[in-house]
Amino acid sequence: MTDLISGGTATPRVYKDYARPLWQRVLLTREGAVYAALILVIVVATLSVRNFGSPITMTYLLLDVTPILLIALPMTLVIITGEIDLSVASVVGLSSVVLGTLHQGGLPIEAAALVAIVVGALAGAFNGFLITVVGLPSLAVTIGTLALYRGLAVGLLGTTAVTDFTEFWTDLAKSKIGSTGVPTVMILFVLLLIVFAIVLHFTPFGRGIFAIGLSAEAAKFSGVHVERTKFILFVLTGTISALAGIYYTLRFGSARGDNATGLELSVIAAVLLGGVSIFGGRGALHGVIAGVLLIGVLGSALRLANVTSDVINIITGVLLVASVVSTSVLNWVRAKRTRPGEPRKTR
Amino acid sequence: MTNTAPTPGAPALELRTISKAFGAVVALANASLTLQRGSIHALVGENGAGKSTIVKIIAGLYQRDTGDFDLDGESVNFTSTAQSKAAGIAVIYQEPTLFPDLSVTENIFMGRQPTLSLGRIDRKTMRQQALGLFARLGVRIDPDRPTQGLSIADQQIIEIAKAISLDATVLVMDEPTAALSGVEVDRLFAVARSLRDEGRALLFISHRFDEVFDLCDTVTVMRDGEYIDTSAIADTTVEQIVRRMVGRDVTTLFPKEDATIGAEVLRVDGLTEAGVFHDVSFGVRSGEIVALAGLVGAGRSEIARAVFGVDPYSSGTVTIGGARVPKRNPAAAMRLGLALVPEDRRKQGLVLESSVARNTTMAIRRSLTRFGLLFSPAENRAAREWASRLEVKASTLDTEVGTLSGGNQQKVVLAKWLATNPKVLIVDEPTRGIDVGTKAEVHRLLSRLAGQGMAILMISSELPEVLGMADRVLVVREGRITAEIDRADATAESVMFAATHEEVVA
Amino acid sequence: MSVATAETTGSRVTAALGSFVKARETGILLALAIIVVVTTAKNPNFLFSNDGFRDLLLTPSILLLVAVGQAIVIITRNVDLSVGSVLGLTAYLTGRLFIDIPGIPIIAVFVAGLVFGGLLGLINGALVAFAKVPALVITLGTLYAYRGINVLWTGSDRINASDMPKPFLALGTQSILFIPVLTIIAVVVLIAAGWYMRNLRGGRELYAIGSDPDAANLYGLNVTRRVLVAFVVSGALAGLAGVLYAARYGTVNSQAGSGFELEAVGAAVIGGVAIFGGSGTVWGAAIGAYLLFTINRALPILGVQDFWQRAVVGVLIIGAIVLDRLLALRQSRKLVEARDTE
Repeated sequence: MTDLISGGTATPRVYKDYARPLWQRVLLTREGAVYAALILVIVVATLSVRNFGSPITMTYLLLDVTPILLIALPMTLVIITGEIDLSVASVVGLSSVVLGTLHQGGLPIEAAALVAIVVGALAGAFNGFLITVVGLPSLAVTIGTLALYRGLAVGLLGTTAVTDFTEFWTDLAKSKIGSTGVPTVMILFVLLLIVFAIVLHFTPFGRGIFAIGLSAEAAKFSGVHVERTKFILFVLTGTISALAGIYYTLRFGSARGDNATGLELSVIAAVLLGGVSIFGGRGALHGVIAGVLLIGVLGSALRLANVTSDVINIITGVLLVASVVSTSVLNWVRAKRTRPGEPRKTR
Repeated sequence: MTNTAPTPGAPALELRTISKAFGAVVALANASLTLQRGSIHALVGENGAGKSTIVKIIAGLYQRDTGDFDLDGESVNFTSTAQSKAAGIAVIYQEPTLFPDLSVTENIFMGRQPTLSLGRIDRKTMRQQALGLFARLGVRIDPDRPTQGLSIADQQIIEIAKAISLDATVLVMDEPTAALSGVEVDRLFAVARSLRDEGRALLFISHRFDEVFDLCDTVTVMRDGEYIDTSAIADTTVEQIVRRMVGRDVTTLFPKEDATIGAEVLRVDGLTEAGVFHDVSFGVRSGEIVALAGLVGAGRSEIARAVFGVDPYSSGTVTIGGARVPKRNPAAAMRLGLALVPEDRRKQGLVLESSVARNTTMAIRRSLTRFGLLFSPAENRAAREWASRLEVKASTLDTEVGTLSGGNQQKVVLAKWLATNPKVLIVDEPTRGIDVGTKAEVHRLLSRLAGQGMAILMISSELPEVLGMADRVLVVREGRITAEIDRADATAESVMFAATHEEVVA
Repeated sequence: MSVATAETTGSRVTAALGSFVKARETGILLALAIIVVVTTAKNPNFLFSNDGFRDLLLTPSILLLVAVGQAIVIITRNVDLSVGSVLGLTAYLTGRLFIDIPGIPIIAVFVAGLVFGGLLGLINGALVAFAKVPALVITLGTLYAYRGINVLWTGSDRINASDMPKPFLALGTQSILFIPVLTIIAVVVLIAAGWYMRNLRGGRELYAIGSDPDAANLYGLNVTRRVLVAFVVSGALAGLAGVLYAARYGTVNSQAGSGFELEAVGAAVIGGVAIFGGSGTVWGAAIGAYLLFTINRALPILGVQDFWQRAVVGVLIIGAIVLDRLLALRQSRKLVEARDTE
């Protein structure tokens, strides 16, 4: 091939692909740390807590954690682009209410679910519009829509609940695959996980997401549709939140305006625990799954050990803080060692 | 303007045999610098010569590993910027860092506001003092307005006002003129000279030799972290300085080969955006290098960005090979064969925290997919090819581009865009802030590309580059094209005249 | 751009007057007044009954304290999501102190609340300022952790009004010259905070840090110390609010203060504090707190079921930030035009 500078045939320069060997690149990462923690917790829990290893535990663990797992998928992408969506739990509640009210009004549950999903997509689109078209900061917008959507949910249903869902559906929500302890709804989750993972890590669209998170301006100059991408991600978040809301409603058999209050914090905590940087531009879905499972396993194990749920909250909070602080410390150590070209971007 | 001889006595600031390393990377090996009171001293060197490291040591951002740092004859050791400020050192960076939400006055006095009883800030006195500073500098800026929206030139004046209010004895100006227009540069230089005449010591860092020779009394050359030479401006020439900077003879810097000029590829007609550019029309043919010359702020980058689709425009058309390029859609422009190497390499041209591989393949990622999926081996292969062809100096493909030198960073940007096989390449300030050696390589590259039939639109504020490289020069003034000058007729005078005056009937 | 060095006082006064009228704070004060007027027109009891007037002034004073602290933190380009949990913890602490130390002077309880809240804020501040971790994440974590400690500590207990001394509870309902005592406390704090932010170097530095943190570092401002102080203040004010909460309601369970953090952020945003820091005032946040609460109370009277009040809050917040954006765009366009016409 021609060397463009000298014009002759250049012997290709030797570039190593990677600076560090594969094992380092896989294990010495944030994701590696989360996996290690997860394995550690599982092992310790299985050995020390009675009944932890039983399939029933796993079933309930997964059933409980499914909404978080589902919403964590698009939330990861949103946070990687440098934005955030605090309204997800409110969309869960809103879609739950929509599902309940429509079904109670006579609509077959499939149709009601479809409408609920559309409502979720619209909610996400509204967020996306305010953020990408009007240009507002996502933290402020989604704090507002958190209130707005929750308010709509509570306003629509008041303090009542809709509970007359056919057993077929409520049982389906809780059912398991054959004799394993794995809930059927996991099939849906795994399918979505595969799609999201492929999109994020193996498509040009996904590369664009990372680029936006690291430098939206440079991404724009390289032909990435920054605003369109973010808009799509917010619509996705709303849609998946609605999906999670349908599951949540059917699983508990109750549509209420205040369903899933506070869920957004669990999702964000799990995503950050899983190695996604709050600054954007870094992260991996498998780490996020490990993060969700870590919190879920801890909670489940502690509950079985008769530790109260508030302690679980304390531990979640401390874990979250510790994980982010440790990343910060690691970055600081790394920065001290490398040559500072020009001042690093601070955000 | 005569340059006065330096005043004798203890130097205001002296660095001797400074060394500084960051891990395995040695930034300074044997650096020295002497600033005398009442003089303006220039510091020149290629990128990576260590100039910015020296500035940061002076500012207190870094601490030296070994060597002596004396201020007025006394040894000092700063562990914070506050300490260096307190000692009378002020640094004015290329991009001033002010607080956009706060007023000009508050910006000047932040942290040192005059107070009344109970620690209450004395706003009236503060304002009077600000007005006094501006009067002394001979400028007029509203002290009550927020600094957001002020031109870079005004912001720099505010930084200088800050420095004077701190009674700085040493003023360091790091590439201050990069974003200034001619008038603003004159104003800055007048201010600098009056500060010198007051007995302060100024350090002027720049790549622009004409300014160095205009403003400074003495010049120090650095290369590869080491001190090379100091001489009086009156006793040396640009060639000698360049030779010391590069360490070898640099013959012709701008070798534009002849190329067959073909059909028109890029056509811009009547491009208008209120307040930015007006009725811009021009064409670029295959094999041609057309330069957009003019003063900083004339609107050239804005025109380029609008053509490429990053910025909007209200009327006009852009076509490539007859096909209409849609507005505000860089991806579509890229598909039609347009490429833009932007002005701000670090913020617009590269994702600094991403790898060489990712940056190089960023614009062609869609073409590297199989069944819609993108895998690292394909990216690495493409990155290796293009980085080789541009002789990018990096050790691994997953090196963060933020750690490369300016010249290599520019090569990565060029590789990224050349990989898209464009028909039209727009380069905005292709050699700004890069070392002389890489500069020559970039020029050879552009010349070769034109020879292969690419149509190139080059925006440059360096007249020698424009005159050397361009087949045609379009001069832009305040958003309009005021002249079109052929290579044969293009001289520094004709271009500068068109850049500063009304439309000249050719 | 040019300003004559000799200006008439008259033109400066009109300029000051002009900026007052255009100020965000004036706008929401006006909105507040309008709502009160309209609602009172519909139902005079809203304002004119004894309870009505007192309640309008009294209950939001708790949110006011938290909103003021939140505003200070947001101005530095941070956020404190843990204030609700801090409030809950100190409210419970208040009850426990009265129960476990009978005869403890009320003033000591106030001080304990302030100090305890301040310490909780110090933890936040230290992690944000020293570890350079984004406040969103840290305070999310402490929101969880503090609430968990609260629940753990409370167990299945609850503090009842009967557990606390009458004089303390009286504070929660008494008025001086028609103004509730708690409101007076809150307003005093507001005035002190407002004065500090406007007139003392420390306050101005907080604005600088939020306006451009990199510039603040280059300036040599002690960013670490200031940010630390901002979080300590936010925690202390949330702590004080917890004490007031106990006085006002008498009953404290483990969920006290849940959701306060978002209301506080909402109040600040409505009051003109930019979410990215550097601008806005504690006064605006205070008025925002009152506006939020008054709207909630006014809605049922105006015919809107109070189920919808959260939705209204959401609309207000979104409306406020959209307005801010439009104003900012307009202002930057004007500034650039002014520059170009020189």
